[in-house]
Amino acid sequence: MKKSKKFNSERLMVLVLAMASAISILTTVGILFSILFQAIEFFQLKSFWYFITGTEWSPGQMDSRFGALPIFAGTFMITIIALTIAIPAGIGSAIYMSEYASPRWRNILKPLLEVLAGIPTVVYGFFAALTIAPAIVSFAELLGLDAAYNSALACGLVMGVMIIPVISSLSDDVLRAVPDSQRNASLALGMTHSETIRHIVVPSAMPGIISASLLGLSKAIGETMIVVMAAGLRPNLSWNPLEDMTTVTVRIVDALVGDHAFDSPDTLSAFSLGLVLFVITLILNMISLAQIRKFKTRYKISSL
Amino acid sequence: MNNHPFHDPGLKARHRSARLFKWYATASIALTLAFLCFFLFDMGRTAFPALWQTYVKVDVSYSEKTLRLTSKAIDRKYRKIVSRAWLRNIRRQVEVKPELMGHTLSQWVLADDQVDQYMKGHHYNLKVKQIAVVEALKVEGAIEMRWNNIFFARGDSKLPENAGLLSALIGSLLTLGVTMLVAFPLGVMTAVYLEEFARDNTLTRFIEVNINNLAAIPSILFGLLGLAVFINLFGLPRSSPLVGGLTLALMTLPIIIVSARAALRSVPDSIRQAGYGLGLTRVQIVQDHVLPLAMPGILTGSVIGVAQAMGETAPLIIIGMIAFIPDSPTSIVEAATVLPAQIFTWAGLPERAYVEKTAAGIVVILLILFLLNTIAVYLRKKYEIKC
Repeated sequence: MKKSKKFNSERLMVLVLAMASAISILTTVGILFSILFQAIEFFQLKSFWYFITGTEWSPGQMDSRFGALPIFAGTFMITIIALTIAIPAGIGSAIYMSEYASPRWRNILKPLLEVLAGIPTVVYGFFAALTIAPAIVSFAELLGLDAAYNSALACGLVMGVMIIPVISSLSDDVLRAVPDSQRNASLALGMTHSETIRHIVVPSAMPGIISASLLGLSKAIGETMIVVMAAGLRPNLSWNPLEDMTTVTVRIVDALVGDHAFDSPDTLSAFSLGLVLFVITLILNMISLAQIRKFKTRYKISSL
Repeated sequence: MNNHPFHDPGLKARHRSARLFKWYATASIALTLAFLCFFLFDMGRTAFPALWQTYVKVDVSYSEKTLRLTSKAIDRKYRKIVSRAWLRNIRRQVEVKPELMGHTLSQWVLADDQVDQYMKGHHYNLKVKQIAVVEALKVEGAIEMRWNNIFFARGDSKLPENAGLLSALIGSLLTLGVTMLVAFPLGVMTAVYLEEFARDNTLTRFIEVNINNLAAIPSILFGLLGLAVFINLFGLPRSSPLVGGLTLALMTLPIIIVSARAALRSVPDSIRQAGYGLGLTRVQIVQDHVLPLAMPGILTGSVIGVAQAMGETAPLIIIGMIAFIPDSPTSIVEAATVLPAQIFTWAGLPERAYVEKTAAGIVVILLILFLLNTIAVYLRKKYEIKC
């Protein structure tokens, strides 16, 4: 009698635990549906096709138009600038920490990079707007160029620095997980240290490095505070990084902070932009996870 | 020499490229750290002046007339010199100390933010006449810089000299309290289920992928979820620490789950085997033996989760936690703001005096994060499972 009661309560316990782990699924589903429903409502009011391909974004007017192409272009521009900095610097840092640094240096450097990773993005945003942007304006003046105070370049630079630790920490873990036997074999064949790294270690770790870079890319696209504080509000279809540009996240914040009615197309446009953001980052994360799984199965690593 | 069987004519070039490559790796980490140093230095330099605030010594008269129109309490020429926030406070002073009535006292009072900026050598907006008054006060020794108590003891204000961090600090505390109350139990339960009970089937793998994916979803989308579900669907109060805390809890959940799973995995299997050997059930083993052993690791992960949630701003802006909050919130359903949101608000204000306040707020938040991370490292070092 007593025993069965105990087993029942145990089963209940396990059931409660299982339900707790279902919360994570509920969250994803919740995000997807809360965005999807409002986005569908938006596309009933405004054309989906124009949203994807149109070049004029003018909310808050009588005849408002929602063509998001310049917004996507701005996001793309700032992301590219950020990754041009973050990928070489992140991978370089990872290589230094995993291959060159002595254990003592490593123990100093790793926490320092973690400090950089722990800085809130609102702080980076303030730094970009207060220090970097004016510096870029005066530097551009020196070269006889005209730069905006909320230029894409300033956001991109600071965002790049923000992403360096994202890329370097995962790349570092992956590089260190490459078996030492590969390094020793290469060195025994007379390759130099750097040749070993470039031709043996990095190619072996490539899936992990790709995964880290994609994670950095998805962070850059979804980054909000830096661009809200340092980028422009004006949708601007341009190739010049010294001009002001806006991004998907800036427009989402702008649409939801204002005093529009919740079911107006101005507010709902935030959700359609959010849907685009969700889909793109979801795809990037999926590829990133698949890459890291490839690396793990190749070298039979269970951590990471 | 040259007909040596192992001679490689390209060896010099290979060594040069090796040096170049090492130089590239060193340079990239050096540049990253140089940025960190420059950034910290720049923030500290900008924040430093906010530690002091200017006070002036003027005659203040307490009478019926000045209570009606507080700007009459001081001499006309000091009207732009003394803070309006301090003048507003005169009525309260008299309420507390009625014996002040009918007296004129010479006392130190808070100066206007423009005077403060002038004293600090920043950009200011004073008329020539006012500068002359300030200079005269300087000669008399009736103007001085004091430790800025207001910054830590008061809430937000539209007058920069009267603005402080306290309400944002309390808002952060309440919000993070809600976050941890929700995320910690849920995270630990999920980790225990996945690590100790779940069978390796499609559903389990789906949950795992889901958790990894949640960790990488842009934080602003959690704000959209909070807005659509917690505020519009459940009708919870907008701008409140309750909604903010719940939203952040969903974001912190993956961090806690991942670290808790790692901690559970590091508990040696011999503990579990010994439990089975003694006839314990699985739940008993997990509850009484595995979980207590894994707890330090779980706590470390949770502290890191708190540190992350503490700096998060974007989702809180979406759910309206950037309201102007002069008084500290007392419950989790009142409108509140949090530290990073306060920084964001101040950063957007035009008055020059807010720049140093923003930087000082940033230094405060960085110090708190540093403290949290130190606690996490300490926990990890102290309770590392040795086996």
